Amino acid sequence: MSSLETPLHKVQGLGSAHSGVKHFWRQRVSAVALIPLTVWFAISALGLVGAREASALYFLADPLNAVLMGTFMLISLYHMALGLQEVITDYIPHEGFKLILMVLNTGFAFTVAAACVVALLRIAI
Amino acid sequence: MADTPQKVVSRPLSPHLGIYRWPITMATSIVHRMTGVALAGSTLLVAWWLIAAASGPEAYDFFGSIAASLLGQLVLFGFVWSLAYHLVNGIRHLAWDFGYGFAPSTANKTGVLVFALSLLLAVGAFALVYLGKGGYYQ
Repeated sequence: MSSLETPLHKVQGLGSAHSGVKHFWRQRVSAVALIPLTVWFAISALGLVGAREASALYFLADPLNAVLMGTFMLISLYHMALGLQEVITDYIPHEGFKLILMVLNTGFAFTVAAACVVALLRIAI
Repeated sequence: MADTPQKVVSRPLSPHLGIYRWPITMATSIVHRMTGVALAGSTLLVAWWLIAAASGPEAYDFFGSIAASLLGQLVLFGFVWSLAYHLVNGIRHLAWDFGYGFAPSTANKTGVLVFALSLLLAVGAFALVYLGKGGYYQ
């Protein structure tokens, strides 16, 4: 049977969603990275419960801890943006509203990431 | 023509979500999404903690007093349980991605396990803190 698809479109195999498995893979790879980072975060947070500011600063000023905390937050926010994007496309059929929420989602992730990085740099440098 | 009467065709509808008996796999699925959205909001809590630490003792003590309040503890428990649930159920999802654990009986068992383990982790973390075993980095 003949098809209206061009050979290029066929070989890309992207279908009506206009994207392939990139989103799926990014979500999985970030998820795997977050397993040890979350365990580290939980152990660190428990260790700092009730601490005075000086103790928290001492902990976060350690370069290893600062880098791990930054990595944890950045990968978490990346994983979050991918996940929220899925939620938005699942529940919001209106194209304009969907676009606005997608932009807000990305903006939120970048803003919180920037705030965390600035805070960590102020502490660790 | 516009005024041609349209024949009403009663097409079959799939049963509404509300009539299903909820299997545990359905519950674990939607709760994974809900905890994910809750954790998106929780990024603000961690960001607030880091900013407070960078802003001086006053800002840090303010964060600490809010966190120690009843409402703060409730929110923190929600955060900790959401994190535990999303972590444990996320590992279950990764196993599925590799093709393991799809049999309905296995998926049901791991579903119960995920709820039990995440609650145990969250309650355990709070128990450690309330028993004075937290705060070992000060």
